Amino acid sequence: MLFDALTLQLGYNVTLVMLGAAALGMAAGGAGTYLFLRKRALVSDAVSHATLPGVGVAFLVMVLLGGDGRWLPGLLAGSALTAGIGLLCVAALTRRTRLTEDAAIGAVLSVFFGLGIVLLTIVQTLPLGRQAGLESFLLGSTAGMLRSDALLIAAGGVVTLLAVATLHRPFTAVAFDPGFAQATGQNIARIDLTLMMLVMAVTVVGLKVVGLILIVALLIIPPVAARFWTDKAETLALIAAALGGLSGYVGAGLSATAPGLPTGPIIVLVAFALFALSFLAAPGRGVVALALRHRHFQHAVHLRQGLLAIASEQPIYEALTMRILRREGLVRADGVPTDAGRGRAAKALRDETRWQVARGTEHLSGLAARHDGLTEIETVLTADQIAEIDARIATPVEVG
Amino acid sequence: MTVTLASSDGTALASAPDAGAALTVRGMTVSYGETPVIFSIDMDVLPGSMTAIVGPNGAGKSTLLKAVLGIVKPLSGTVRVFDRPLREALPRVAYVPQRASVDWDFPTRVIDVVMMGLGRELGLLGRVRAHHRARAMDCLERVGMTEFAARQIGQLSGGQQQRVFLARALAQGADLYLLDEPFAGVDAATEAAIIAVLKELRAAGKTVVAVHHDLSTVPDYFSDVFLINRTRIAQGPVEDVFTPEMLDRTYGGRLATAQLGGLTRDAV
Amino acid sequence: MGADFVALSIVPLVIGVLAAVACALPGNFLVLRRQALIGDAISHVVLPGIVVGFLVAGVAGTWPMLIGATAAALVAVLMIEGIQRLGRVEPGAAMGVTFTTLFAAGVLLLEQSDTSSVHLDVEHALYGNLESLIWIDATGWGSLVDLQALAGLPPELTRISVAALGVVAFVWFAWRPLAVSTFDEGFARSMGLPVRAIGIALVVVSALAAVAAFDAVGSIIVIAMFICPPAAARLVTNRLVAQVAWSVGFAVLSAVAGYVLAGYGPIWLGFGNSVSAAGMIATVSGLILAVCAIAGPARHATT
Repeated sequence: MLFDALTLQLGYNVTLVMLGAAALGMAAGGAGTYLFLRKRALVSDAVSHATLPGVGVAFLVMVLLGGDGRWLPGLLAGSALTAGIGLLCVAALTRRTRLTEDAAIGAVLSVFFGLGIVLLTIVQTLPLGRQAGLESFLLGSTAGMLRSDALLIAAGGVVTLLAVATLHRPFTAVAFDPGFAQATGQNIARIDLTLMMLVMAVTVVGLKVVGLILIVALLIIPPVAARFWTDKAETLALIAAALGGLSGYVGAGLSATAPGLPTGPIIVLVAFALFALSFLAAPGRGVVALALRHRHFQHAVHLRQGLLAIASEQPIYEALTMRILRREGLVRADGVPTDAGRGRAAKALRDETRWQVARGTEHLSGLAARHDGLTEIETVLTADQIAEIDARIATPVEVG
Repeated sequence: MTVTLASSDGTALASAPDAGAALTVRGMTVSYGETPVIFSIDMDVLPGSMTAIVGPNGAGKSTLLKAVLGIVKPLSGTVRVFDRPLREALPRVAYVPQRASVDWDFPTRVIDVVMMGLGRELGLLGRVRAHHRARAMDCLERVGMTEFAARQIGQLSGGQQQRVFLARALAQGADLYLLDEPFAGVDAATEAAIIAVLKELRAAGKTVVAVHHDLSTVPDYFSDVFLINRTRIAQGPVEDVFTPEMLDRTYGGRLATAQLGGLTRDAV
Repeated sequence: MGADFVALSIVPLVIGVLAAVACALPGNFLVLRRQALIGDAISHVVLPGIVVGFLVAGVAGTWPMLIGATAAALVAVLMIEGIQRLGRVEPGAAMGVTFTTLFAAGVLLLEQSDTSSVHLDVEHALYGNLESLIWIDATGWGSLVDLQALAGLPPELTRISVAALGVVAFVWFAWRPLAVSTFDEGFARSMGLPVRAIGIALVVVSALAAVAAFDAVGSIIVIAMFICPPAAARLVTNRLVAQVAWSVGFAVLSAVAGYVLAGYGPIWLGFGNSVSAAGMIATVSGLILAVCAIAGPARHATT
C-alpha cells in the first residue's frame, strides 16, 4: 500500500495531493531557510494562527453574498488577509513598544486564534455552517477533497516553489549579511516583506493539507535539519527544500494508506524523523560526531595539564586527569610517573617554555598568538624558528 | 610575596596553593567547542591586594572570572576562596558583572537592584526592614547615587548603571570583590568614584580583582597584575610584572608597543 | 440575575478567572525572560501529554492527565534545551521543532486510539468548553452555602482552584530568586542561587497551570493568558510588583468581560446563540494589550 502510494498509484486525487505536498514542502523548506537564518523562525507561527479569523470572515462574507461559503480560493484569500494583519501587528508591537518579538508573536498568535474560534462558533450557528468543515483547517484534511481543491493546492505549491527559487539570491544576501546587502543597494525592508509574503503563501497553501497549527513545522524543521549537513546558505536552502519535499511527499502518501493517519501530523512526523537522523548522525555538526570530538578534546586538555603538573612536580588534583595519565601508561597505579611519563612531561614543559619565549620574541609573537594551550609547537613554527628559540632559552634574559 | 612568572626557565606554573590566599585557582580550562578560551590557568590572589586581570581582547579575562564564580562550567580546574571550596565561600564573594550582560529594560528601580545584594540576608520571605533600606541607601551614597534611588534603572546613563552595580556588590558585604570591566564605557567622574570606593575597600582589608583594559591606569589603580592571553603569562606585584617585556609577551611583540605608546614604559 | 446565573454562569466565570490568573502570574516571568514562547510550546504539548497519560492509565482521571501533561512539558523543555545546546540551534527554531513534533504525535495518538468513551478530542483540547461547566445542583444563591449542592460542583473547579493556589504560593515563595535570576543570571549564580532549578521550576509551575486551565478552557486561553496580560502590564508600569498586580487585574478583566460578551453579546445584538467563551476571553485580552500598546504610560523602552 505504501509502495503504491509512493509510486503514485492511489488514484488521481491522492497523486495530486502528494505532488502538491511535495512542492509545498520544497517551497516551505526553501522559504523557511531564510526565516531560520534571520533567526525569526517563530514569526511563521504567528502568521499561521492569524489565518483562522480570515477563514471565518471569508466564509461569512461569501454566505452573506449568497454563495455557499466553502469556495476554497475565497477562504484562502481571507486567510491571507488576516495573516497579513497579524504580521503587521507583530511588527507594530515590536517596533512601537518595548515588547520583544517573542512576546509579540505569542500575543498575536493567541489573540488571532481566539478570534478565529469565536468566528467559527458563529459560522456553526448558520444553516450551512455545520457542514462547512472549517475545523479541517486546524489540522488539515485531504480526505474527500474536491478535485479542484487538489489542483489548486498542487498549483499553489509549484508557484510558491518557483518564487522561492527565483528569489533565492537576494534572500541569501540579506540573511547572510544584512549590513553588506544594504550597502550594495538591496532594499532590506522590501526583501524581508517579500520573504514574509512567501511564508504567508506557504501557510495559506498548506492550510488545507497540513493545517494551521502544524504548517510552521514545514517552515522550521527542514532548515534546522539541513543545518547539520552544511555551513553554506545556498546549499542549506537546497537541502532544506529537498527534506521538506520528501516530508511532504512521503507524509501525504503514508496518510493515504490507512484511515486514522491525519495528513498534517504524519508529514510533521516524517520531517521530524529526518531531523532526528540529521541531528544524530550528520558528520561535523551531528551530536555523535560532536560528542566524540569533545571527549577527544577533554582528554587532550587533561593529558596536557597532567604532563605539565608532572614536569613541575605539582600534585594532580583532578581524578579524571589521573585516570587519563594512568590509561596512557604515564603514571603508575600509585601515582608515580613512569619513565615515559617523565619524558613526555619534559617535552610538554619544554614546548611551553618555547611558546613563552616565542611570545616575547618580536617576529614570532604573531605566530605564538595561535597557541591555545594544546597546539603542537611543530605545527606552527619551523624547525629553524624552534632552534632559534632554543638558543634564546640557553642564554637567559633576566626579567623582573 | 612570591613572584611567579616566566623567568629564565620560562615556566608559567605556580607553586603549590598558598594557604593564606584569598583566591586560588589551579588548572582552570574553559572551552567553547573545541577551542580553549582559557587554558590551564593558575592564579593566586593575596588577601588585601588589588589585582588587575589584563590581556588583549579575546584573551579570556571575563571567562576566567566567570569560571572562578562557577557561572561558566570549566572543563577542568579547582577554585578555593579563603582556603575553602567555592560553594562554602560564596557568601564572602561579591560580583560585579559586565554592564551589558543584563537587560536594563527590566521593570525595577535602583534601590531594588541594590537590595538584591542583601538577598542572602533577607532569605526567601524575610521582610525588608528599615535597617536593610538604610544599608542599601548607605551603599548608594558611597557611590554617589543617593538621589537616583527611586529611578527606573533604564533611565540611567552607563556610568550610573555601573555605580548601581557596585553599590549592589557593596551591599553584599563581602571580603573578596570580583569586577568584570568596571570601567568600560563609563565617564571620568564615575571612574574616579569607582576607584575611590575600591581603594576604600582595600584600605579596609578587602581583596579586589578586576578585569581591566586600560593599561595606562594599571600602575595607579592596582597593586598586583595578572597577565593573561588564554594561558597565564605572569602574575605578581605591578612593579615586578607590569613590564614592557611581559606586556609584549601578553599582547604579542610590536602590537603591544604600538598599543601602549610611551605611557606604560614611563610609568613602570 | 438569579438561580439561572448561579447554576449556569458562576462556575464558568470563577473557573475562567482562576485559569486566567494562574497562567498570567508565571507568564510575567516568562515574558521578562524572553521565554514567552515557552508558554506557547507548553500549551501545545499539553495535548500529547494528556493523551499519553490517558493511554497509560486507561482512564481519563485527574492524576494521569496532570502527570502526563507535566511530563510532556518537561520532555518538551529538555528537547528544546537539547536541540539548542547539542545541535547549536537558536531557541526559537528549537521550540518550533519541538512543539510541532509533540503536537503532531499527540494528534496521531488521539486518532489511533479509542478515546470516544472519554471527552477528549482535538477541538475540545484547543478551545475547551467553559460554557458546559454548569452547576446542576444549584437552585439559587442559597446553594452557595448548601453543602449538598456544593458537593455537586464540577471537579474542574477544584482542580483549577488548587492549581491557582499552587501558582500563587510558588510566585510568593520564589519571588526574590525569580526576580534576581530573571534580571541578572550571572549575579544570581555568583550568589549561589540554583538558577537552572529556578528556571525549570518556573516551567513546571507554568505547565501545571496550563494543564489545569487547559482542562477547563482549552489551550487558547492558556497561551493568551501566559502572554497578553503580562505584556500589557509591562506597558503600564516600570515596577515588577506593580506589573504583576496589573497583569492579574487584566487577566480577571479578560476572563469576566470575555465570558459575558461571549454569552450575552450575541443576544444583545439580536442573535440567538452564544459564541466560544475561550475565544472571546483571548480576544478581550488582545484588545487590552492593544489599548496598552497605544496608550500605556510605560509603552516605550527607556534605554
